[in-house]
Amino acid sequence: MDAEAAKLLGAGLAALGAGLASLGVGNVFAKFLEGALRNPGAADGQQGRLFIGFAAAELLGLLSFVVAMILIFVA
Amino acid sequence: MATEAKVDPMHQFTIQPMFGTDQLELLGYNIAITNSTVWMAISAIVLWVFVAGGMKRQLVPGRWQMAVESFTGLIDDMLEANIGKNGRKYVPYIFSLFMFILFGNILGLMPLGVVGLHPFTFTSHFTVTGILAIISFGIVLIVGFAKHKLHFFSLFVPHGTPVPMIPIIFVVEMISFMVRPFSLGLRLFVAMMAGHVLLEVLSSFVIGSSNAGMQYFAIAGIPSFLLMIGICALEILVAGIQAYVFALLTSVYLNDAENLH
Repeated sequence: MDAEAAKLLGAGLAALGAGLASLGVGNVFAKFLEGALRNPGAADGQQGRLFIGFAAAELLGLLSFVVAMILIFVA
Repeated sequence: MATEAKVDPMHQFTIQPMFGTDQLELLGYNIAITNSTVWMAISAIVLWVFVAGGMKRQLVPGRWQMAVESFTGLIDDMLEANIGKNGRKYVPYIFSLFMFILFGNILGLMPLGVVGLHPFTFTSHFTVTGILAIISFGIVLIVGFAKHKLHFFSLFVPHGTPVPMIPIIFVVEMISFMVRPFSLGLRLFVAMMAGHVLLEVLSSFVIGSSNAGMQYFAIAGIPSFLLMIGICALEILVAGIQAYVFALLTSVYLNDAENLH
């Protein structure tokens, strides 16, 4: 296998990370909604924490996009 | 068959000098006025006009004043919830940061290309978001050290840490602290860039399939176009969320500097 093909394969494999991060982001919002429906009064006060959790989960998916971009354009 | 037009999804992020200033230098550095600079200036002007329109201070606010006040109220509530009463003094900075990023994101999504004016999303460059993140991180360091002097280092040792664990926890907390400006800038830049690349790739499907023939356009072009409409709506949501997350994380970091923990 030549180096160019290996790079593109690696970039494609890195895209798996984006799908896995979607599980994480979905989980954050699902659990928030679950909790919010049980106690709607407390839900509004926790929106900041919701977005912090969302940001942390999303960052790891975005990192896989960065890895793919580096493999295609930089490496 | 005609030569196939290759769509380069990264072309939209090219920085181009404008108005013939590509040789402009200051102290040996090139300070050419680029499309990035121009769109930063445009979003600053739009932001200024937006806020100036809401500064009428009427007792019964009109629609415009209501829009501006709801944004300042959002930032005010966020700082009060995260930092407390003495977080109010950061409202000007966080508000400017949030609105500048939000307007940059939204203006970059505007479909002005149909009239020949190609918008440039300056938040899709790590130089811009990295500098914004470094400014936030710098303010955290200045506030932290000015307020708590060297006691600020107790941020790296949470309460109730067993003594044998302190050296390890200190290093771990130190790394997680130092990586903050990097992750803050990276998140915004990658989210904006990924969305724009996705839109460009989908639009290349539409153009390529319509060139290939009617049946290809029906199979691939129309679903891609419908998907593009949905992704555009998602991108507007992402533009808002990323600006909000940037402001929120900055206020969370300021809370560490203001109150330790």
